[in-house]
Amino acid sequence: MATQTQTQPERIEKKALGEPIIQLENVNKWYGDFHVLKDINLEVKKGEIVVVLGPSGSGKSTMIRCINRLEEYQEGSIKVNGIEVNNDVKNLRQVRSHVDMVFQHFNLFPHLTILENLTLAPIWVYKRPKKEALETAMYYLEKVNIADQAHKYPNQLSGGQQQRVAIARALCKNPEILLFDEPTSALDPEMIGEVLDVMVKLAEEGKTMITVTHEMGFARKVADRVIFMDAGQIVEENEPEAFFNNPESDRLKLFLQQILHH
Amino acid sequence: MAVYPTIPPKEPPLGERGAIAWVRHNLLSSPYNIAFTILGIGILYLIIPPFVKWAFLNATWTGHSKADCHPGGACWIFIRAKLDMFFFGFYPHDQLWRPKTVIATIVALVAASKFIKGFNKLKIALIVMFPIYAYILLRGGYFGLSPVETSKWGGLLLTLVIASVGIVLSFPIGIVLALGRQSKLPIIKSMSVFYIEFVRGVPLITVLFMASVVLPLFFPEGVNFNKLARALIGITLFEAAYVAENIRSGFQAIPKGQYEAADSLGLSYWQKMGLVILPQAIKVTIPNLVGTFISLFKDTSLVMIIGLFDLLAMVTVTANDRDWLGMDTEGYVFAAFIFWIFTFSMSMYSKRLEKKLDTSKGK
Ligand SMILES: Nc1ncnc2c1ncn2[C@@H]1O[C@H](COP(=O)(O)OP(=O)(O)OP(=O)(O)O)[C@@H](O)[C@H]1O
Ligand SMILES: [Mg+2]
Repeated sequence: MATQTQTQPERIEKKALGEPIIQLENVNKWYGDFHVLKDINLEVKKGEIVVVLGPSGSGKSTMIRCINRLEEYQEGSIKVNGIEVNNDVKNLRQVRSHVDMVFQHFNLFPHLTILENLTLAPIWVYKRPKKEALETAMYYLEKVNIADQAHKYPNQLSGGQQQRVAIARALCKNPEILLFDEPTSALDPEMIGEVLDVMVKLAEEGKTMITVTHEMGFARKVADRVIFMDAGQIVEENEPEAFFNNPESDRLKLFLQQILHH
Repeated sequence: MAVYPTIPPKEPPLGERGAIAWVRHNLLSSPYNIAFTILGIGILYLIIPPFVKWAFLNATWTGHSKADCHPGGACWIFIRAKLDMFFFGFYPHDQLWRPKTVIATIVALVAASKFIKGFNKLKIALIVMFPIYAYILLRGGYFGLSPVETSKWGGLLLTLVIASVGIVLSFPIGIVLALGRQSKLPIIKSMSVFYIEFVRGVPLITVLFMASVVLPLFFPEGVNFNKLARALIGITLFEAAYVAENIRSGFQAIPKGQYEAADSLGLSYWQKMGLVILPQAIKVTIPNLVGTFISLFKDTSLVMIIGLFDLLAMVTVTANDRDWLGMDTEGYVFAAFIFWIFTFSMSMYSKRLEKKLDTSKGK
């Protein structure tokens, strides 16, 4: 394991990064008395791929869930594509048309077929004609290599297949930004690869992605930047090479030791 | 490295299969079980033979009057003689073709629905049109049909009208109440909670009395507000509280991730509830809902106390007929049988529906 991580990983080819598309400024959040996010500042450029690392409970999920307002924050500001993420219904609708999230436990709708899962939002929220929505859905199902399962129900699919469907569902509204919250943590080891392959493909196409994951290989291969969070703070961030090979803070050194030698 | 051949499966030993195993596991697995099995057999022995003797062996099936009946057996002639009254109450005899047509239409529609796939516009149109059609035909007053006051409706017909109207109307109201109870708006939430808890704390009889005595006070003098309508309103409002609680328990079975995925996709509150949460909540709550509807079906007999004559009330009425005095037992057994047919079909239907909606296995 240790020797493997020392070798130079193969990097994907990337397009140049664009304008800032996500901006977090001094974001603070509390759960009751518990200060879960502390002065978070983060700017992500269009096309950038950010991987978030950190021990359990450090606030990684909470941070990315604030970006599409699955969680509220009490102080600071978050902007997506220049739109303030706040209580305003119109803003929220716009923000969510630019961002979607892929969850650890897939969260597919079990009462709908795969195809219905994919066309639900395009038809009802984005008012696409049904035929067009179906074509888009099939296009993305093919992209995640699962077109042959279109008429099944989620529970009839393996975990890896379900997660690929969840990614395709998120893609159907063509968001610029994808948030991934430990997309492979609930999967059996042999299925992790198939999901990561899809994510790499998206990275190559220039999607903006923030990914919370423990997959170091993925971080090394595609990340433009790796962020280390601990106790609600961003403690350190760097390009993957430097991040893994020359960590500066003691907390990150300790964390890397723990995950690389477990 | 050793390689072993695969072992083909063998039948389990004799004592572990078929009827013998079933009896051993289910009836004789422990001393208590053995005792209860013996007790059960004893009770069945005391009940079944006398009943079979009374209801079948010694029963009289043909004849015209009470005099034709053997003593010591059921007098089923009574049921035949009063069948129209059991089914239709005091509905005018020469107009009975009207309720019969309505029932024939229901049977035809149910049979036809097997051939109409999915939940399409035609079905919705039929569902909306049917009550209007049934009302016009039963109530009359239009198209040259002689009017038949709802006070004349009775028997099974009335039972079915009350139960189906109660079920159909309490369902959407119950959903709204359940959504209200989940609401983040304190006023809506507390009003829903108050309504649900108040109604569930009150017996149906009280609600029916209130509907028949209190409701008319809200309407101007002279508005003829018939008993049936009052009973329907009372029962619907009563049942809605129970439906709401059923649906709420369904909500609780839906994981948080479903709400989050819907939010994240951009669905509005109503889209999220209507397209994602409610369908799943209703699905998990079908067994409870059907249980609620079954008890509603049986509770319809309480309308007797506000002067409506449902199936059970008709037994009392007919058994008081001077020519048929003392036929209560036959009447009640018959009523029980009819009630059972309906409630049993409802629970069978719910089982089938559950299976049909189960998306966890292959189709
Ligand atoms: N709804 C909530 N109410 C109160 N505390 C919460 C809530 N959600 C999360 N927390 C707490 O906030 C902290 C951060 O949680 P978060 O889920 O963001 O951590 P994480 O970094 O994603 O951890 P993990 O790697 O385990 O997913 C944790 O200590 C957690 O217990
Ligand atoms: Mg997390």
